Amino acid sequence: MKKFLSRINRRDALTLLVLVGIFAFFFIMLETGAASNQFKNMIIPMSYYILLAISLNLMVGVLGELSLGHAGFMSVGAYTGCFLSVMLVEKFPELPMYVYLPVAMLCGGLMAALFGVLIGIPALRVKGDYLAIVTLAFCEIIKTVIINLEFLGGAIGFDTDSIVPDRNKALTLLPYAAFAVIVSAILIMNLVRSKHGRAIMAVRDNRIAAEACGINVNFYKVAVFGIAAFFAGIAGVLYGHNDVLLKSANFDFNMSIEILVMVVLGGMGSNMLGSVIAAVVMTALPEMLRDFSDYRMLIYSVMLIVIMLFTSAPALAGIRERLSLGFIKESLQKKMAKKAEKKKAGKEEEK
Amino acid sequence: MSERKTVMSVNGTEMFSPPSNILIPTRDEGKKPVLDVRGLGIDFGGLRAVDEFTITVSPTEISGLIGPNGAGKTTVFNLLTNVYKPTRGAILLDGHPTAGKSVAQVNRMGIARTFQNIRLFDQMTVLDNVRVGMSNNIRCNFAESFLRLPGYFKAEKRSRERALELLSIFHMESEAYTLAGNLPYGAQRRLEIIRALATEPKVLLLDEPAAGMNPSETHALMESIRQIRDQFGIAIVLIEHDMNLVMGVCEGIAVLNFGKVIAKGTPDQIKNNEAVIEAYLGRQEKKEA
Repeated sequence: MKKFLSRINRRDALTLLVLVGIFAFFFIMLETGAASNQFKNMIIPMSYYILLAISLNLMVGVLGELSLGHAGFMSVGAYTGCFLSVMLVEKFPELPMYVYLPVAMLCGGLMAALFGVLIGIPALRVKGDYLAIVTLAFCEIIKTVIINLEFLGGAIGFDTDSIVPDRNKALTLLPYAAFAVIVSAILIMNLVRSKHGRAIMAVRDNRIAAEACGINVNFYKVAVFGIAAFFAGIAGVLYGHNDVLLKSANFDFNMSIEILVMVVLGGMGSNMLGSVIAAVVMTALPEMLRDFSDYRMLIYSVMLIVIMLFTSAPALAGIRERLSLGFIKESLQKKMAKKAEKKKAGKEEEK
Repeated sequence: MSERKTVMSVNGTEMFSPPSNILIPTRDEGKKPVLDVRGLGIDFGGLRAVDEFTITVSPTEISGLIGPNGAGKTTVFNLLTNVYKPTRGAILLDGHPTAGKSVAQVNRMGIARTFQNIRLFDQMTVLDNVRVGMSNNIRCNFAESFLRLPGYFKAEKRSRERALELLSIFHMESEAYTLAGNLPYGAQRRLEIIRALATEPKVLLLDEPAAGMNPSETHALMESIRQIRDQFGIAIVLIEHDMNLVMGVCEGIAVLNFGKVIAKGTPDQIKNNEAVIEAYLGRQEKKEA
């Protein structure tokens, strides 16, 4: 057991624990019927946003390339997966969900990965802001192309109602979502903590030095584009199965930005926990603020600004440190040590 | 096949430029030079940054490349590592031409370097910096990494042990888990050398390794450079302005000025070479009687 523990990174273990906790909470809420309708509708979106945030963090935080095309990869996955599911359900009405949904996820992911690699190759020539523009353009192109494809429903949207006929969609989809998200998170974290992950981070920190160390920078850039797109595609399949109507207009610039905000708020880099928490909070926040009706978006944006300031303003560094886990642990240890000392002193006095 | 042909044709004409016997240390006599550079040159627009640069480096030689500021020393390093494509000339590493190879491929062929302005992976730990250097020497494919198959753990363990071993050259094991960006300047320079060594090179290019170091650190570095040569049996080429280091550790020195080699020889020969003195200090006008 000890050997096993020493083999996994502590931060990754914590991330995994939080993920399992989140999904366990979802299950309990749904099974006991304690979940309100509003909460029920949030569960699957939270799941796919977690996956989107983690995969974008791989691209932005680990590889260090700004991408605004994540919604594009997601839509490729969503349409591929849903198209496949609809076909399978039509041809083989008896086919159980645990066969066609995983197949759809895999195919959606692979198709998105293919697009990721295709975009990654020309994108090698640009970096920084220019890459952001290229990926943004890709996202828009995908959107427009899909609108003009008749067999994908065109502008009306692609009807996906037949795939998950269940009334209680959240409960039906949750096991698949939980499995997909947790397995994907494990895979991504494993990658980051491997030789390849280190190579990817080396490219981020100093491209020239990475090349001089014999790392094939272009290969890793394209690979990360493909891998990140793969998981975005899976998230897209979840999205498509959760909705009754797929509209390509939804996969726009705003959605890419939303995912990017999650990654930035959660903290870019090799630690995925921030992305997970940010994804949950950011998905829940707009819904929770519904009570404020008209002022909803206003409060939402103000909160974003406050969070942003709090996480990055240099003037607040002191407060942040006081609230960090490490600090709390340290101060607790100090208190314990003091107590122990007092006890010792007391005992000695008694003697 | 074509690659071999080019080697052959080079072989046919004249394998190595006639070695200036003085430059080859006695222990390397009769051995094939590890680095054979002939007539290397590059133009930036109309400027001939480097011209007719020809040197041979024997397998375990420590050689120095010196010259006044702007002489083209770092440009030579950039040419040797294929950062720049040479306009003229050829580089043979162990008899294989490096022309047309990428920077990463040249590294895999056996040339590693450090940088004048330090280029570490700042957000990664010291240990991971060294392990990045090992990427090509430790096998672990994508499937093994994704699924943490036994091969992954083997590779991780081996790379960690090897990295700590390398760090011990400069007694840096205790700093293995600090971020490279937080290291003091001298330690960063040493880490760059270790990272370059981790790629298992045949030739190690050091670009001003002693820059910013104090005399005692420089002295320790001198010892380490010798130790690295003895332990790894590799050739080392260094650019340096600290003459104590250059004269103390190098067996052969080439002096560069305005992109051209103006002198080659042992440290003693270089010290007394008039062209070198002129390049550094200028010519003394003879007073008219």
